[in-house]
Amino acid sequence: MEPAVDVLIVGAGASGAVVAWSLAETRMRILCLEQGDWVKQAEFPSNGRDWEARQFGDFSISPNRRGNAADYPIHEEASPIKVANFNGVGGGTILYAAHFPRLHPSDFRVRTLDGVADDWPIDYRTLEPYFAQNDRQMGIAALAGDPAYPPKDAVLPPLPLGRTGVVIGRAMNKLGWHWWPADAAIGTREFEGRAKCVNLGHCIAGCAQGAKATTDITYWPEAIRQRVELRTRCRVREITTNETGMASGVIYYDAEGIERFQPAEIVVVACNGVGTPRLLLNSASSRFPRGLANSSGLVGRNLMFHPYASIRGYFDERTDGYRGPHICAWSQEFYETDRSRGFVRGYTYQIVRGQGPVLTAMTGMASGRIPWGEGHHDAYRRLFDRSAGMVSVCEDLPEAHNTVTLDPALKDAHGIPVPRISYTLSENSRRMLDHSMARGTEILEAAGARDIVAEGPLAHAGWHLLGTARMGADPERSVVNPWGRCHDVKNLFIVDGSLFVTAGGVNPTATIQALALYVADSIKQRLANLFD
Amino acid sequence: MIPPSAAHGVPGADDDAIFADIAASLDRDFDSVRQSIRQLDALAGGAFADRTADERQAIVQQFRDRYPALAAVLVAVVVRCYYRDDRVMRSLRMELRPPFPLGFEVENGDWSLLDPVRARGKIYRDA
Ligand SMILES: Cc1cc2nc3c(=O)[nH]c(=O)nc-3n(C[C@H](O)[C@H](O)[C@H](O)COP(=O)(O)OP(=O)(O)OC[C@H]3O[C@@H](n4cnc5c(N)ncnc54)[C@H](O)[C@@H]3O)c2cc1C
Ligand code: SF4
Repeated sequence: MEPAVDVLIVGAGASGAVVAWSLAETRMRILCLEQGDWVKQAEFPSNGRDWEARQFGDFSISPNRRGNAADYPIHEEASPIKVANFNGVGGGTILYAAHFPRLHPSDFRVRTLDGVADDWPIDYRTLEPYFAQNDRQMGIAALAGDPAYPPKDAVLPPLPLGRTGVVIGRAMNKLGWHWWPADAAIGTREFEGRAKCVNLGHCIAGCAQGAKATTDITYWPEAIRQRVELRTRCRVREITTNETGMASGVIYYDAEGIERFQPAEIVVVACNGVGTPRLLLNSASSRFPRGLANSSGLVGRNLMFHPYASIRGYFDERTDGYRGPHICAWSQEFYETDRSRGFVRGYTYQIVRGQGPVLTAMTGMASGRIPWGEGHHDAYRRLFDRSAGMVSVCEDLPEAHNTVTLDPALKDAHGIPVPRISYTLSENSRRMLDHSMARGTEILEAAGARDIVAEGPLAHAGWHLLGTARMGADPERSVVNPWGRCHDVKNLFIVDGSLFVTAGGVNPTATIQALALYVADSIKQRLANLFD
Repeated sequence: MIPPSAAHGVPGADDDAIFADIAASLDRDFDSVRQSIRQLDALAGGAFADRTADERQAIVQQFRDRYPALAAVLVAVVVRCYYRDDRVMRSLRMELRPPFPLGFEVENGDWSLLDPVRARGKIYRDA
């Protein structure tokens, strides 16, 4: 048996890193177990001529396709939207596009304002100082003054608008619709020893330049300097409990595949909206027969993704093409509820630049705009380096039948049951997607684009994994309390995307990390009577 | 799928070097490509490669109609290699290098375009 630690964190991704860093100042003995490894910048695809191809291989966003040693399979046949993640130090931030919007004040009051889903037990104001703290730690590029948000500071200068931002921005102005340079976790200048973005344009296969704020280069080095221990290639199988119903530690497989028990005083789960319910359900015992912390039956329920649509067009003049961070601006014109649109809640447009030569061919041939055989080259040249558009990030409402459960048959390389996703797109989400495709087409038409293609929901866009261990004051209707502690197990905390009560219509990582800072702060403030 | 073009100065995807690159890079798609070849042979009622060019074109069309997922894999394995070949890159006026370390230039753009957005004022709901 290993010596006991004070705090054991499972998962070294976006939220696990934050908690490790925040708790480090307490001088408690903190250990993080992560199933993946460190990724070296020299290994990212943009280092080689096969940079686009590897996005479909060892750096695929799909764990099932990647199938690297760190990955666990996910049974997802019963979902039109497939999971995208990365397992390793930094978690999903290694592959994220670094679009960094916050939830809005109204997102925390969905029941009160719109009569659907539930209110959060906390509000925007509770998280505001943590959003700001996280922006400083990650180094967020932004332009202050966005009328879609309460005032907030910009840490670094905004991303370049580029030709894409200009052409779409002009169209938005013509229509009188909101748009603004996107907040981005990308270093637009050198920051805290991290390099400046040189517009490699391949952020979602990892940043070889080290300019994208991934937690392996932001929070982790500082946490490790403060003596947090991070053990990689250690996959946790289950959380154990003692006779008082408290968590006593975890059983995990180390880098050599040897089963070990790690005792701990406090266990913090940061495995994301799929990995966390999987671990809790795999921790079922005679004391907790439905899975750990699951007296409400809500562990693994209410899975929310953010259904995405893509609207892309082509221009006669050259656009930014594959150069520059993929994201450049956003629009929140259709964010707040307007029932005349035929749905409640709303969405964000992420304005995106173009595609590399391989993706141009794949999307052009899939849409039939580039033929096989005769005519291929002329058609290709009408599209290559000439595209721009947007994706819509639609709010998915929580629905109990959208679930992460354990697959009865399929196991990972260590023999641990894998998650099974069951998800159906709601009518509200369908209408929102349709609305976003219709309005997106109008925007591209106003921008002078031709050959506009709109499609949604995108199948391989399940990168936001939310809601499967939600927070709330009522133990019958939530898994954790308003500051992240499980109702059922008083020394067990959850800090990742599973906590979300509703999804909002924005990418979640800024909010996930602000929540993790808030939970860590709540722990620090209550250390004397944490388990009362 | 991708024929040579004298006008654009590019080889076809059946060029020896490109084809060798494709064959060596099948990676996670090896099984799907093998399955595609089996289906093409089945549609040809024998070896697909032995049929005339016109017949092959008709068979390929049937294959694409019947097995769109497999056809998409074939497209992917071909274009992943074709669109990194030096001759093709040159014809597209791309530099023969990976993105890192030099990166690229992106224009800053005209920030005054945001003036009307600012002028319209707050659009979020208080809560
Ligand atoms: C391609 C892509 C693009 C994205 N783009 C954006 C974007 O632009 N903006 C945005 O806000 N978000 C984006 N995201 C989502 C973002 O990455 C996630 O929201 C974020 O990383 C989630 O944080 P988390 O802490 O909940 O989990 P993760 O970051 O996923 O971390 C979980 C960690 O736990 C580890 N783990 C899981 N189970 C175990 C176990 N049993 N034992 C040990 N370790 C375990 C995993 O290996 C992983 O490292 C993107 C994601 C992807 C994949
Ligand atoms: S565009 Fe910038 S952040 Fe993205 S991969 Fe390139 S250098 Fe990194």
